[in-house]
Amino acid sequence: MTELMVAVPRGTLFAGSLDLLDSLGLDTDAVRSNERKLLFLEVGIVTMRPSDVPTYVEAGAADIGITGKDVLMEQSEREVYELADLGFGHCRMVFATTAGEDRATEALRRLGVMRVATKYPRVAANHFRRTARQAEIVEVKGSVELAPLTGLVEGIVDLTATGTTLRENGLTIREEIAVCTARLIANPVAHRLKAKPIDALLEQIDAL
Amino acid sequence: MREHFGIPRTLTDWIPSGTRDVLPDEMRELRALTDRLRQVFERAGYGEVYTPALEYESPLAPNQDHPEWTGPRPAYRVFDEHGNVLALRSDMTIPIARLAATRYRDVDPPLRFCYFAHAYRRVRPQRGQSRELLQAGIELIGAGTPEGTAEVLTVLCDALDATGLRTYRVGLGDASLYPGLLEAASVDSETRERILADLVAGDFVGLERALYALELQPDERSLLLGVARTRGGPQVLEGHSGALDAALQGLRAVHGLLPAQAAERIIFDLGLVRSLGYYTGAVFQIYDPAHGVPIGQGGRYDQLLARFGRPLAAVGFALGVERVHIALAGEERGLGTWSPE
Repeated sequence: MTELMVAVPRGTLFAGSLDLLDSLGLDTDAVRSNERKLLFLEVGIVTMRPSDVPTYVEAGAADIGITGKDVLMEQSEREVYELADLGFGHCRMVFATTAGEDRATEALRRLGVMRVATKYPRVAANHFRRTARQAEIVEVKGSVELAPLTGLVEGIVDLTATGTTLRENGLTIREEIAVCTARLIANPVAHRLKAKPIDALLEQIDAL
Repeated sequence: MREHFGIPRTLTDWIPSGTRDVLPDEMRELRALTDRLRQVFERAGYGEVYTPALEYESPLAPNQDHPEWTGPRPAYRVFDEHGNVLALRSDMTIPIARLAATRYRDVDPPLRFCYFAHAYRRVRPQRGQSRELLQAGIELIGAGTPEGTAEVLTVLCDALDATGLRTYRVGLGDASLYPGLLEAASVDSETRERILADLVAGDFVGLERALYALELQPDERSLLLGVARTRGGPQVLEGHSGALDAALQGLRAVHGLLPAQAAERIIFDLGLVRSLGYYTGAVFQIYDPAHGVPIGQGGRYDQLLARFGRPLAAVGFALGVERVHIALAGEERGLGTWSPE
């Protein structure tokens, strides 16, 4: 393990990732006790937002990393290897609209196109292409739930763990697009050149 | 070209994204690098050739009926004055196969060629990727395996040694190995292609799920899962049985012919599958810890020459010269040598 530089996502997967690294015998105390520091060379951990993990791993700046399947689906062109489903961080990628009458279907029927807000424009576009529906994708960076409430769009594609936030905003899930969990990814070159520590790690993870 | 009152707004707006000018400091280093490579290639008997950057599209385009004739997809096409479709070459292997089958029609093999030439590829938007890549490589035509494969790997390691790279490694696998195992397990061809696509993409989670979704014997499944992940020294070729053991005989034979300085660079990679349609047997990828992406690749393409009417077994490699240069600069800076001490 010590030979590997690990990209660890801050945010919702942070605690689960550190717990996993603890159980693999890594000392994450320094990472837990230091909110602002990003790079922990002494234990081989670098922390970043989840959507940056594939970027660092693809370039080889980190050998392996932990990130959500949602991020990997959105950044499917990244050349990283997906080694293991880590099981934690269980979420669903869903299509949701305001509760009651389905405005999106109505827009599709009467206007020929529905507008969909999302932080995952490629996942959303692929989903509607696969299901042969015309959708105008509106990319937003912040609270997606707001978009249908203000009339910006008829529906949203977003990640939800419990569905509480959606419900509290008067939204209802219409379709499930994918189930997302935390994944272990690796740089393709490191996967060959550091095969031993990576395989040892995978064995430990399998045995958990 | 983004223009503002007829004048490009920045200096680089004058050239297409994904292309660049090379200035003297870089050019001197690139030239020194290619000179060293050329010396090794020439000394090994590989004469330098050059082929047109523009070819007819048809021999370069993907061929659905003949995947074994298919190289990287050409990205740029133009019409000539007669309406013929021309394409900018996307690699040098197909043009040299054409050259060998036509210009050397009556010459007894083996034929040995080297090249230093640009290839043109599509890019993904906003990624700063190059449309134009300088490739340096060799092609050995009319030489089978293991001798031909071992010769090319030896020249490859000599060439990389000559560049001054210290920590490079060569991943060696067999493009026919994994498809053969899937076929032996009676996996239908559509599923086979999907599983091979997962393996090329390095999606081991998808691969595992696909294998569990199939009705396989437990030992077949664990073999397929295990082989996909097997990479390491020559010891990974041992301890197998049956069809797999027979398939690995080819890699063992190649390894047995390599001089020590090349043999010690090899990482056997049983999950390495064909990244290009024309690869038929041994395939290789070149890695350096100072660069996060492979710096070159190669392999056997025993069916490609038949496309041009002269069926001959062949093998070669291409180095990305810019990538080798980046790896050299990275090694100088000590990249890829991080350890927690």
